[in-house]
Amino acid sequence: MTVTEEPTTQDSGPVPEIGRDRRRKEDQRLITGRTKWTDNIVLPGMLHMAMVRSPFAHATITHIDTTEAKASPNVVAVYTGSDLDESAGVLINAWPITPDQVTPVHAPIPADRVTFAGEIVAVIVARSAAEARDAVELVDVDYDELPAAIDLREAAAASPENGGALAHPDLGTNTSAYWVFDSAAAGTGTDVEDAIAKARTDGVVVEREFRQQRMIPAFMEPRSVVVDPSGEQLTMWTSSQVPHIVRFALAATTGVPESKIRVIAPDVGGGFGGKLQVTPEEWIAWWVARQLHQPVKYTETRSESLMAGHHGRDQWQKLTLSAEKDGTVTGFKVELTADLGSYISLVGGGVPVLGAFMFNSIYKFPAYHFACQTVLTNKAWTDAYRGAGRPEATFGIERMMDELAVATGIEPMELRQKNWIKHEEFPFTTVAGLEYDSGNYEAATAEAMANFGYDELRAEQKQRREAGDPVQLGIGISTFTEMCGLAPSRVLGSLDYGAGGWEHASVRMLATGTVEVITGATAHGQGHATAFSQIVADRLGVPFEDVQVLHGDTAIASKGMDTYGSRSLVVGGEALVKAVDKVIAKAKPVAAHLLEASIDDISFKEGRFSVAGTDQGMSIQEIALATFAAHNLPDGMEPSLDADATFDPINFNYPHGTHLCAMEIDTETGQVTMRKYTCVDDVGTVINPLIVEGQVHGGLVQGIAQALFEEAVYDDAGTLVSGSFVDYLVPTAADLISFDVSHRSTPSLTNTLGTKGVGEAGTIASTPAVVNAVLDAVRHLGVEDIQMPCTPERVWKAIHKGSNRSGGGEGGTEPTTADAAPHFDPSEGVDR
Amino acid sequence: MIPAPFEYAAPTSVEEALGLMTEHGDEAKIMAGGQSLLPVLRMRLNAPEWVIDLSRIDTLRGVIDAGDAIEIGAMTTHHDVLHDPMVAEHALLITKAVEHLADAQIRHRGTFGGALAHADPAGDLGAPTLALGAEFVIQGPGGTRTVGAAEFFVDLFETAIGEDELLVAIRVPKHTGWGAHYEKFVRVAHQWPIVAVAATVQMNGDTIAEARIGLTNMGSTPMRASAVEEALRGAGPDEIRAAADLAADGTNPPSDLNGDADYRRHLATVLTRRAVQAAAKG
Repeated sequence: MTVTEEPTTQDSGPVPEIGRDRRRKEDQRLITGRTKWTDNIVLPGMLHMAMVRSPFAHATITHIDTTEAKASPNVVAVYTGSDLDESAGVLINAWPITPDQVTPVHAPIPADRVTFAGEIVAVIVARSAAEARDAVELVDVDYDELPAAIDLREAAAASPENGGALAHPDLGTNTSAYWVFDSAAAGTGTDVEDAIAKARTDGVVVEREFRQQRMIPAFMEPRSVVVDPSGEQLTMWTSSQVPHIVRFALAATTGVPESKIRVIAPDVGGGFGGKLQVTPEEWIAWWVARQLHQPVKYTETRSESLMAGHHGRDQWQKLTLSAEKDGTVTGFKVELTADLGSYISLVGGGVPVLGAFMFNSIYKFPAYHFACQTVLTNKAWTDAYRGAGRPEATFGIERMMDELAVATGIEPMELRQKNWIKHEEFPFTTVAGLEYDSGNYEAATAEAMANFGYDELRAEQKQRREAGDPVQLGIGISTFTEMCGLAPSRVLGSLDYGAGGWEHASVRMLATGTVEVITGATAHGQGHATAFSQIVADRLGVPFEDVQVLHGDTAIASKGMDTYGSRSLVVGGEALVKAVDKVIAKAKPVAAHLLEASIDDISFKEGRFSVAGTDQGMSIQEIALATFAAHNLPDGMEPSLDADATFDPINFNYPHGTHLCAMEIDTETGQVTMRKYTCVDDVGTVINPLIVEGQVHGGLVQGIAQALFEEAVYDDAGTLVSGSFVDYLVPTAADLISFDVSHRSTPSLTNTLGTKGVGEAGTIASTPAVVNAVLDAVRHLGVEDIQMPCTPERVWKAIHKGSNRSGGGEGGTEPTTADAAPHFDPSEGVDR
Repeated sequence: MIPAPFEYAAPTSVEEALGLMTEHGDEAKIMAGGQSLLPVLRMRLNAPEWVIDLSRIDTLRGVIDAGDAIEIGAMTTHHDVLHDPMVAEHALLITKAVEHLADAQIRHRGTFGGALAHADPAGDLGAPTLALGAEFVIQGPGGTRTVGAAEFFVDLFETAIGEDELLVAIRVPKHTGWGAHYEKFVRVAHQWPIVAVAATVQMNGDTIAEARIGLTNMGSTPMRASAVEEALRGAGPDEIRAAADLAADGTNPPSDLNGDADYRRHLATVLTRRAVQAAAKG
C-alpha cells in the first residue's frame, strides 16, 4: 500500500482530489489519543458513576441494601430501580418488525427482576471513579434465581405448557415475532414449495442448518458518557455512532423537550454497530445528573463492555436450496431463528429482516421464501454488528452454493456463473423485490481469479491430495453483493422502521475563504473529515486543507441520521454535493454583479467565476469576502453563501465483489492457516483509495475473525464465559496475512458521485470464503460442515470423526459447557 | 478497571523485602513485572492490603556464569533473557521458549522469576526449566535454599516457595551444544499456549544421545515427558514418531474453549514429534 502523497498542485493545474490517496487528516489526534474522547472530558464538580451488575442471568431481586455503600467515603448517592421515576425514561425499540411484536419493557434499571448476567441493579455516584468503584462492593443484593432461557433453540420452543424457561415469564412466550417474505405472495417470484417438491423428484435438493455464532463488536474505545445538566440545554457527550437518535429518544422518553437537549458524540473510537444504540448507561447518567444538578461521568470497563454492550449475529439458519440437475437453482427457502437477548434493542429484530433481502444475493432465483422467528433469551441483547443481517445472508447462500456444487459435481465458480445476474441484465429486479441498478460480476470474478492464481492453486490442491500431504489446501469462494447506503425513507417506512434514511449537509463559506462543512453522518473512525474534504475541495475549487468537516454535535449538525449501514458517503456525500451546488448557485449572481456581467456569461470552474470571452473573473474566496462585507450585493440578495441540503436516496446501492481464499489445514492438528486472500470489490467511484483499502482490510479481518476466532460463549447458567480478551479471541496483525485487495469502479446510478458503500463489504464477503476454503481442504476426508468459529479442535475432530454438521450430531450443539482458561483464578492472584 | 486501595512498598534489597513480607504476612502480594498481578487487581479478583514491588532490587537482575550452570536473576526481564548470549549458548531451549512468550511489550515488563513463581501451567517457562533440570534458589528469613524443578511446581498456581520466602534466582545446568526447540500451539499469537512442548536433545551423529522434554498446559503443573525421553535414548530419525506417541502418558490436561483434554493429549504427541525433530536439527 502506498502512503506517500503527491504534491497538492502541479504546473498543469490542480490535481483532482477525488480518487486521490489522501492520508487521513484526523489520524494524528485519534492515534495519539490527545483528543476529545468522552472519557477525556472533565467538568467542574463532575461526579463519577459505577454500576452494580447482576451475576445471574435471570433472578428476582428480593432485597437491596445500600446502607453501607451510601456511607462509603465521598459517595454522594446510590440509586436502585425502585428509585427511578418516569423522568428516567425507557430504552426504545425503533423497529417493531410486526404489528404484534412482543416487546418487553426495558427500564434503565429494573426494579424487581434481572434478565441477563450484567444487567444493572444499582448505580453508585461518588466524587471520584475509584470511590464509586469501591462502593460497588458494598451494595448487598439478594436474588432468587429463576429458570433461565439460554439455549436459542430451546428458548424458541419453550412455552408455559411445556415448562420451558421463559426469559420474561409475564409475557408468556419467548417468541417476539414471526416475519415472513414469500415471493409468490409478494408477486416477485413463484412458489418455493412447488420448486422444492419438483426438485425432490427430478433435481437436487440441498438442506443444511448453519449456526451464526454470537459475536461481540469489541470496539477499541469502551463506551463512555458525560452529562452536564447546567445551562439552557442539557448536554450529553456520549461515545456513540448515533447522537441524533440518542437526542430523539431522550426527548421521546424522558420528558425533556428536544430543543433543550444537546447530544455530542466527540471523537469516537470505533463502533462496528456496537455503538448504534441507546443504552441504560446513557439513560441513567441523564437521570442522575438531573436529580443531583451536577455533571456526571460513566466509563465502562472492558469487562462491562464485553458483558453488557450489545452483541451481534446469533442465529440458527435452516436452509433448503432446490435446483435442476444441471445446477440451475429453482428455489431457496430460509428459516431463521434469531436471538434477541433479553430486551429488544434499538434495531434489534430488524437485523435479521435486513438479511431477508440478501439471501438471494447475486443470483436469479425464481422462487424464494424467508421466515424468521425472533426469540427472547436471558442473554445480553443483540443488535447491529458490521454488516447487520447481510453477512448472515451471504454466509447462508454462499455456503449453500458450495454444497450444491458438491451435490451436482459442478465446479463451484461455474455453478455461480450459471446462476448469477448477467451484466447485460441490469437493472435487475430480484426475487426479494430489490432493483439492483448496476453490477458486473463477470469482470470482478475474472480479475479476482487471475490475481489469485486460481488454476495454479487448484493444481496444487490436487497434487497435495494425491500425495496425502499432512497439510491440505482448500479454496473458498464468496461472490457477494449487499444492499447499503441505508436507506430510502419510503422503504424504511414500508418496513415499519421508526425513522427515515436521508442525510443532511451544510456548507458555510467563511469570510476568509475557508469552508466549514457540516454533516449529519457522525464519524467514529471512518475518515469522513478527509473524504468529505476531498469532495468539497474538488467541487468548490478550494484547497483540501481549507475545508473543515464538523459532525457529531446536535448543536452544530442539527439534523442527521448518523453513521451505519455503509451510508455516510453514498447518502451524506450526496447531500454535501447538493449543498455545495447551492453555494455555487448563490455565489454566481454575486459574481455577475461584481464583475458587471450578465449572469448568463458567468461560468464556474475550479473555484473561479469567469466572464465569457474575457480574462475577467473572481475566485469563490473573493466572492465569500464580498458577501461577508455585503457592501455591494445585488438588490434583494441575502448576505450569505451558506447552504443546506438534505438527500433521501431513491434506492439502496449494491456494491459487489468476488472474494477468493486459500486455507491450509494441518490434518494432524487441525490448525487452520490462511495462505492467500484475494478480493476484487466493485465499490463504484472511489473518493480516497487509501481509505477504501483500509476499510476492506479491516472488514476482511472482522469477517475472517467470525470464521476462525471469535465467539461469545455462555455457560448453561447464562454466565458469559468469553468475558475477557483471554477467551474472546480478537485476531491481531500477527495472526493473519496481508490481503490482495483491489477494486473496480462501476459508478452507482443511485447518486451523482457514483459511489457505493464499502464499510461493511469485507465483513459481509469474507466469512463464507474462509469457511468454504476450510471445508474444501478436508471435504475429501468426509467432512461436510464445521461450525464457526472453525477452531483447530473442531477441524481436527471433524476430520477424525467424519461429518461435523452444525445442525445435528457431535459438534452441532451450542458451545455452552466449556470453561474459561484459568488464568485469572480469583484465589490465586500471585505474581512473585 | 480500578483496583481496590492498597499500600505500596518498593524495597531496594532482598532483606528489606523479606522484612516487609514478614511484617504484612498474607496481607501482602509480591509484584515482579506485574503482568499477571495487575490484571487480577484491576478486575478485583484479589485485593491485597500491600503490594511489595521488587523492581528496585538491582541484585535480582542479570545472568551470571556459575560454573556448570548459568544463574538467571529472578527479576531479569524476558527481553533480557531472550537477548542474553550466555543463555543462548548454554540453555538454548530457554531462548527458544522466550522468543514467542506473549508479545514484545510484555517481554519488556514481565520477569523470568515472576512468571515461574506465578506457576501458570500454561506459562511458557515451566516446561523448559523443568526439561533442563533447573534449580530454584529461594531466600527466606533463615537464609537460602535450593529446590529442584520437579519439586518446585506443586500445583495450579502453587510452588514450593514459602509464605515468607522469595524466588531470587534460577540456576540452569549448562546444556552447551544441545539442540533445542519450543513447539507452541495457539489459535492467536497473543494467547497462552493451548499445548506446548519444550525439547532439547544432544545428538550423536544422526542418533539422539539424550533428550529432555517438558510439556506446557498438560496438567496442573509443567510436566516432564519421561517415557518419551526414555524411548528417544539412542533413537534414530525413524524412531522419533513412535517415541513421541508416548507424550501424553500420565498427563491430565484441562478442557476449555480451545480444546478438550483428549484433543490436548493428541496435540501433545504431534507437537512432541515436531519439537524433537526440530531440536535434532540444531
